Amino acid sequence: METGDGASGSSSNKRPEEDEITEKNRKPEEDEIIEENWKPEEEEIIEKNKNLSVLVVDDDPVVRRVHDMLLQSIGIKAHVVENGKEAVDLFCIGLSYDLILMDKDMPVMNGIEATKEIRGMGIHSMIVGVTESDVDSEKREFATAGVDYCFQKPLTPERINFILNDLNNF
Amino acid sequence: MDLVQLQRQLVDYKTSLYNEGFLDEQFTQLQELQDENNPDFVVEVVSLFFEDSERLLNELTKALEQQSVDFKRVDAHVHQLKGSSSSIGAQRVQKVCIAFRNYCEEQNIEGCVKCLQQVRHEYSLVKTKLESMFQLQQQILSAGGSIPM
Repeated sequence: METGDGASGSSSNKRPEEDEITEKNRKPEEDEIIEENWKPEEEEIIEKNKNLSVLVVDDDPVVRRVHDMLLQSIGIKAHVVENGKEAVDLFCIGLSYDLILMDKDMPVMNGIEATKEIRGMGIHSMIVGVTESDVDSEKREFATAGVDYCFQKPLTPERINFILNDLNNF
Repeated sequence: MDLVQLQRQLVDYKTSLYNEGFLDEQFTQLQELQDENNPDFVVEVVSLFFEDSERLLNELTKALEQQSVDFKRVDAHVHQLKGSSSSIGAQRVQKVCIAFRNYCEEQNIEGCVKCLQQVRHEYSLVKTKLESMFQLQQQILSAGGSIPM
């Protein structure tokens, strides 16, 4: 039985084979996101997510806090920055992330420019674009810049779950 | 008032806020994110929203008072306000922001000024209501009760 306590020392079953995820957590119909009763086995989820590094890029303090908390609730301690330039700078100094949640409209450098720059640096990490509205043209512009997915903000637990499942199967 | 009555009052109050469109599903999501490790999460996020909104409303007032209005700037502020209000589920504020953005696109000053008034109004309404709700919650907690969901 998993104790959920990473410090217990038994590293034999804590391999970084994050892509070998148990079948019960996979959602085959990716667009059929189940909105109600999202309550997976919490300890298992938190264990699985412990090693994921996530960067949240958003100019809105409310959204930053909400996304940060969303990730925290499933065991992820994210890095949080306020605009695209701060995000790009982190990559320039050699940091890497498994997942980037990139807001589209930000001062200094917006999400589209930042995505282009990051992709231009040869970085293939998953980037999820986060937009204000559900407008297709906005999403398309973001997709062209290099994001893997595009969702309207704020993200919900179901969307995060979907993203992480996909990430683990990358 | 006894504890059970207080709790009932809170539930009724919350329900009315949803029914009247002041809050939506997103607020529920926030409450569900709160846990023992972060017992003040909702209050914290709502406070952030209040601070941010007040700043944005001031910026909007200034921007619309200019001789030559910079609609891009106005739009950028409304855009932000729309984003943060939707993140806490302040539905009525969010709705006014949508109309506001349309007037910005049309460069319609009168429309913008009207929307600013409206959004100020909706903001102060939801602020009062949320503060009342938090007060009720605090009363319940002080009386040794738990917050009904």
